Amino acid sequence: MRPFDYQRPDTLSGAHGAARDGATFIAGGTNLIDLMKLEVMAPDTLVDISRLGLDRIEPHGDGLHVGATVTNSDLAADLRIRRDYPVLARALLAGASGQLRNKATTGGNLLQRTRCPYFYDTATPCNKRRPGSGCAAFGGEMRNHAVLGTSEHCLALHPSDMAVAMRALDATVELEGADGTRRETALDDFYRLPGDRPDRETTLSAGDLITGVILPAPFGGRQTYRKVRDRASYAFALVSVAATVRMENDLISNVALAFGGIGTRPWRDHDVEDLLTGEAPTTALFEKAGDILMKDAVLREGLEFKDTLVRRLLTATLTEMTQ
Amino acid sequence: MKTSFTVNGSPFSLDIDPRVTLLDALRDHLNLTGSKKGCDHGRCGACTVLVDGRRINACLSLAVMHDGDEITTVEGLCKDGRSPLQSAFVRHDGMQCGYCTPGQLCSATAVFREIADGWPSHVSETLDGPYALTREELAERMSGNICRCSCYPGINAAILEIAEEDAGHAEAAE
Repeated sequence: MRPFDYQRPDTLSGAHGAARDGATFIAGGTNLIDLMKLEVMAPDTLVDISRLGLDRIEPHGDGLHVGATVTNSDLAADLRIRRDYPVLARALLAGASGQLRNKATTGGNLLQRTRCPYFYDTATPCNKRRPGSGCAAFGGEMRNHAVLGTSEHCLALHPSDMAVAMRALDATVELEGADGTRRETALDDFYRLPGDRPDRETTLSAGDLITGVILPAPFGGRQTYRKVRDRASYAFALVSVAATVRMENDLISNVALAFGGIGTRPWRDHDVEDLLTGEAPTTALFEKAGDILMKDAVLREGLEFKDTLVRRLLTATLTEMTQ
Repeated sequence: MKTSFTVNGSPFSLDIDPRVTLLDALRDHLNLTGSKKGCDHGRCGACTVLVDGRRINACLSLAVMHDGDEITTVEGLCKDGRSPLQSAFVRHDGMQCGYCTPGQLCSATAVFREIADGWPSHVSETLDGPYALTREELAERMSGNICRCSCYPGINAAILEIAEEDAGHAEAAE
């Protein structure tokens, strides 16, 4: 690990003051410390934001404000989350291990880096780690890689389960800029596609600090998170889906679907939802939804299985939820 | 950098490089070598310790971030001889090489509290609780602790025995 300066401010303004060029905020550190050990990331300064009082879940209008340093464990165990946003509790519980969820935070989960093995292997080229150096996944082994939103420069998956559920829930990210001004960004606008700069993953500006995530009023209806992976527990998704569905007179009146394991960012395609809304649930309809979801997918060698897997997951999930 | 925390009830003050992980601080600076370094990347769980009663991977945490915390390592689970859980591990042959055992013991100790606190898991049928430590729940909740010797039958039997005893005591108290 490269040497760094460690600072632990106790106010937000103190955190901004400490966060100069080359500084990185740290909260749980479960991904960042790993990346620092491997020297994939080498910040000059770590600004510890774990004691800024951002660890509360509070009412926010008809919804909830989840502080940036609320741990994944505490969020999944919160009774309001379990009752009103079960898709989020389920997504959190499907991720990582008990130990990691106790440290991993809400803001950190959103900003965790891909688990593409070439990103972690500093002996190989990676456009995300070193822009312009190339991508070792091309010509290498592809499995935990994306089929949607990719470019010729990068096909790294976004690994989060939590963010997938939050995208289906229309969550908003609350940010505080270096000058102390607060703003909100819909999760739909938070992640960038890799294009020719896969190192730029979000629309955050330098010095921005995530202070929380805002969940809108509860959606109601049925909610589920289904995850398919190589082993039954403690593994990243091959494909996953967060789904919320409301039925009225046997028709689908409202539906939101977000996917993990297929996109370079937590994936949501409103065209899929538009097709389903107002329709009677049938297998043929769900298969057509799969066609729309995957119409722009690039199925590189080794990733073809994701096409079949995500279509089956979509059909199975919607069948179960609309019965 | 000066850092103070409590380990197994005793206060410690250290002056350490911020790069030192909690695991290395425990093992190399405080000579508490019970917590083990397996993968050093949060994948195996051999380094599991309790911080303020909750389990974490000590390898993925910086010691300086734990100023003021109360830390419990495997050495702190057995102040007077063996704890009931440790005796159950011995009885049920819950180890072969023993390298993962300290992490298994700390993790299981935290699982008992998570169950008592009504925390759901990925395999829980409902999110309402309360939850019992069934074999399926145990496998899911302990999935962050890998045993390379694959002594899971013994590990599970030991933990389930203690969980059942505790449940029996709770019932008797009611």
